[in-house]
Amino acid sequence: MQIHYNTETGQLLVQLDGEIDHHSSNALRAEVDAAIYAHLPQRLILDFRNVSFMDSSGIGLIMGRYKILQPLGSEIILQNPAPHISRILRLAGMERLAKIRSEVQKEAVK
Amino acid sequence: MKINNEFRCSFPAVSANEGLARAAVSAFLIPADPTAQELADLRTVISEAVTNAIVHGYRETEGDVYVTLRMLPERTIYIRVADKGRGIPDVQKAMEPLYTTAPEEDRAGLGFAIMQTFTDTLHVRSTPGKGTVLIMRRRLGKTDEA
Repeated sequence: MQIHYNTETGQLLVQLDGEIDHHSSNALRAEVDAAIYAHLPQRLILDFRNVSFMDSSGIGLIMGRYKILQPLGSEIILQNPAPHISRILRLAGMERLAKIRSEVQKEAVK
Repeated sequence: MKINNEFRCSFPAVSANEGLARAAVSAFLIPADPTAQELADLRTVISEAVTNAIVHGYRETEGDVYVTLRMLPERTIYIRVADKGRGIPDVQKAMEPLYTTAPEEDRAGLGFAIMQTFTDTLHVRSTPGKGTVLIMRRRLGKTDEA
């Protein structure tokens, strides 16, 4: 996982990777939250391009971060989910909490 | 009912074994030539079921999770996940979307909803203090738009 904060835009970009399940989500959550509390970003971008598997633990992860960011007026963007991850995001109604988008392959914003 | 193939395993209820259970499902399904979506669905299903056993059945205490996979006629996959944990006092309640007994751990309460969506049938048998058995079936090769 790579985390990058852009001070100019107030964007926290989290490039997730591997498998997101109950086992991996505790460590993920700790790292993402540390970055959130360090920067209080205006926008959290979770990039799923390199995520090969996600179950409802990933939904819990998104919902928990939403609870932290909503009082700050910050938004969440979920980007580049593979089709089976999109299905789970839709099933969980995540489009009500976050923007879901797919980026055409281009240089990651650094 | 005729069983074309069967795989049984048990493993300690620790979260590292959630990935092991998914790998077992993948390996068992490969000869049946599932679509990418069928494979992803059933990997998700076993992940949810095993996570439930670990998080809710055993509440992170020691115990074993028992998995049985069967290939039944007409390309029907049978998945049984059992634990000898606390059991579920109110199965109906537990199956309501967004209901969770572990919100402080960021559990979304969507495990059962996902299992129901991604399988054709789901049966839950649970006895408080004795444990829980989940039995799910999914027939491969149906066109299934979700």
